[in-house]
Amino acid sequence: MAAVVVLVAALVVAVVAGALYSARNGRFARRTDTTEDPVSDDRPRLDASEVGGALGEVATFVQLSSAFCAPCRATRRLLADVVTRRPGVVALEVDAESHLELVRRLDVLRTPTVLLLDADGVLITRSSGLPRRDDVERLLDAVGAPAADR
Amino acid sequence: MSTHPGTVDPRGLRLGAALTSVVLAVSLGTAGVAPALSTTLLVLQTAVFALGAGLGPARSPYGLLFKHLVRPRLGAPSELEDARPPRFAQAVGLAFAVLALVGVVTGASVLTLAALALALVAALLNATVDLCLGCETYLLYRRLVPREAAGA
Repeated sequence: MAAVVVLVAALVVAVVAGALYSARNGRFARRTDTTEDPVSDDRPRLDASEVGGALGEVATFVQLSSAFCAPCRATRRLLADVVTRRPGVVALEVDAESHLELVRRLDVLRTPTVLLLDADGVLITRSSGLPRRDDVERLLDAVGAPAADR
Repeated sequence: MSTHPGTVDPRGLRLGAALTSVVLAVSLGTAGVAPALSTTLLVLQTAVFALGAGLGPARSPYGLLFKHLVRPRLGAPSELEDARPPRFAQAVGLAFAVLALVGVVTGASVLTLAALALALVAALLNATVDLCLGCETYLLYRRLVPREAAGA
């Protein structure tokens, strides 16, 4: 009897966790816009040496990846594709394992974690899991990185 | 047609996760009423995890089943996935299956039920929403045990 109860509990947990995961995976957090109150602006700021490349003039995506990460490849392809039509935006990728200081500072728990930095390297928003293309495009529109004419 | 050894067809992984879910669910559900069946299924799934971790998911029994029975009917995949994450996850699954077996051998049925339930949740999430829970543990593990420290 106990086994059947545990089975049912496991099924319920899987359904609830699956629904939460589907709803949240890859979503970018609400932007923490504290520019009106610069005194309390404690948003993390990253520089080029931490993210393994020069920052974009407008914005920079930093993707934290690891060896055992199935969605990392698709995420890399998505970001690389999006930035080709966004002048001033670059996409960088860093290996989380060899940047554990950064991983701990930003409390990164999953890969891929995607950070969006502004021109000064200040963290605007972040997501974990494969992002949705529409979200990424909208986000770049919102931070003033218009798509180039084709 | 031949698959690169470092890659795997994601549809085969989903099938493997679904089969794993069914086997673990039946093993868990019958643990009280039909312990022989429950333990047999657990032993078989433990062997599948071990083969998946040792040889890679494409050459585990479920991977071979997919390759010979299912894939010929589906045609080529639109893309292949890196085989390392699911292989690592199979090793994590193996650890839980072994814990469940330890519970059977020592009579600690709570351990068996708990380990089976956790493995089942992970397999179901993998099959239904493509979440590789085993893979997610990798970075957490590395945060605790950095590679430099692990090698020293």
